[in-house]
Amino acid sequence: MIEVHREICAYCGCCVSVCPEGALELVDAYLDIDTNTCINCGLCVRVCPLGALEAKK
Amino acid sequence: MKREYDVLVVGGGPGGAYAAKTFAEKGYSVLLTEKRPAIGVPVRCAEGVGKKLLHEFFKPEDRWIAAEIDKADIIAPDGFKMELEPERAGSEVGYVLHRKIFDRDLIWQAAGAGAEVQVKTRAVSPLMENGAIKGAILEQNGTSHEVRARLTIAADGVESKFSRWCGIDTTVPLREMETCAQYLMTGIDIDPHATEFFVGNDVAPGGYVWIFPKGEKTANVGIGVGGDRCKPGNRPIDYLNRFVKSYFPDGKTIELIVGGVSICQPLPCTVADNLMIVGDAARVSDPLTGGGIYAALYTGKLAGEVGAKGLEKGDTSSRNLMPYDKTWRESYLGKALERNYQIKEVFVKLNDDDLNAIIHSVAKMNMSDFNTLNLIKNIITANPKVALKLGKAGLKNLIDSF
Ligand SMILES: Cc1cc2nc3c(=O)[nH]c(=O)nc-3n(C[C@H](O)[C@H](O)[C@H](O)COP(=O)(O)OP(=O)(O)OC[C@H]3O[C@@H](n4cnc5c(N)ncnc54)[C@H](O)[C@@H]3O)c2cc1C
Ligand code: SF4
Ligand code: SF4
Repeated sequence: MIEVHREICAYCGCCVSVCPEGALELVDAYLDIDTNTCINCGLCVRVCPLGALEAKK
Repeated sequence: MKREYDVLVVGGGPGGAYAAKTFAEKGYSVLLTEKRPAIGVPVRCAEGVGKKLLHEFFKPEDRWIAAEIDKADIIAPDGFKMELEPERAGSEVGYVLHRKIFDRDLIWQAAGAGAEVQVKTRAVSPLMENGAIKGAILEQNGTSHEVRARLTIAADGVESKFSRWCGIDTTVPLREMETCAQYLMTGIDIDPHATEFFVGNDVAPGGYVWIFPKGEKTANVGIGVGGDRCKPGNRPIDYLNRFVKSYFPDGKTIELIVGGVSICQPLPCTVADNLMIVGDAARVSDPLTGGGIYAALYTGKLAGEVGAKGLEKGDTSSRNLMPYDKTWRESYLGKALERNYQIKEVFVKLNDDDLNAIIHSVAKMNMSDFNTLNLIKNIITANPKVALKLGKAGLKNLIDSF
């Protein structure tokens, strides 16, 4: 499970571009995760310039 | 908002704005849809653009220009500073813009030419009919609207979801996603007419730190690092904070900007039936510099010109839109992207010793001899080890790409 720390995220879209499944989307000023398509690859967690994403077991 | 247009443009950055303007000027009905409530904010840019490149499109308005730049400095990992005067810095010198104003003015121009603009209106999926794109479903104020269009322009920037929904893979490989953080700082001691670039694996692995002045004592101070080098404690924001702490301890931060630039190769094809992809969405930002303003304007305008011909003929099939793809690839832009991709592939592999050696030897070169072949000869003679590292293939790539 990927968790977005909204208090850290500055909705830049970096994570959206690397997600191989298209599971992320920026809806105006918040990031939406489609948990049904996410494969927990963790690429989005790696790329975030602020560290706003966390992979949770 | 009407239910049908000739052209639907998804995204209100420079690419979308210029495409909308071009179509509208030719008399087509255009809807430009932007998901953010305001054009151009938050800024996702260091705002540097080459003078000559910008002049290709218009005479810039004074209010767009934050600073005029006449030289660029490159700072090696060992602290050695190489000055690039205009002749050598090429398109890297020019203007530092106010993108908030610039982007909005471009939309203004598109609206002035007759395009309709909707903000806080997000494309949520393409409208498909018999396997072909026929517009999009837009969400505005919690309501969905079906908007039909003969031609749709995907100008949705680095996120590039629209093309993905149309079945085109736009995923950027992690290592080719330059992940960035930037502060707009004031109260700092800088040369207001020089840009500075710091390279090295301590300051910015797989990328660089930039200082782009925006007037006296004010500048965009930012950093981009390769996505694969980004780790907890060593994210762009961490590198930036360390840099700022040591270079501008008394500076004041008045804005935080984060974002990503793709430094991969362009999409293998930037058209489909009734669809054209422009700007960052087409992955045409420069893989070496990360610059994408020019590319967005260029592809936006070209899409307008080629797309209009298709509309006129009543044929917007991918075959008929293909001249767009072909033209930009063969243009100055396409060639620069190809060349800079090869250089970038070498650049990201260099360690600090290599970088020091290269920058020192380039600085020694006589300006009148400054061309790529000479540059490479110089690198080889001065630093055989670097040459070995690049390998025959690397060097050949580098030479071929010029
Ligand atoms: C930190 C950083 C520094 C940079 N520095 C420079 C620089 O110094 N010089 C330079 O030339 N370039 C620079 N760039 C790159 C430059 O900002 C981009 O290349 C440029 O903005 C691309 O323009 P565009 O029109 O393609 O996309 P954008 O300007 O990104 O516009 C895309 C628009 O589409 C909207 N959108 C997305 N999805 C949807 C949807 N589904 N529905 C409706 N709207 C949507 C977005 O909200 C956005 O407004 C930098 C980028 C970053 C991140
Ligand atoms: S990369 Fe980080 S800051 Fe940017 S949108 Fe994703 S979670 Fe937010
Ligand atoms: S973990 Fe992978 S699949 Fe899931 S949202 Fe992040 S990048 Fe996408």
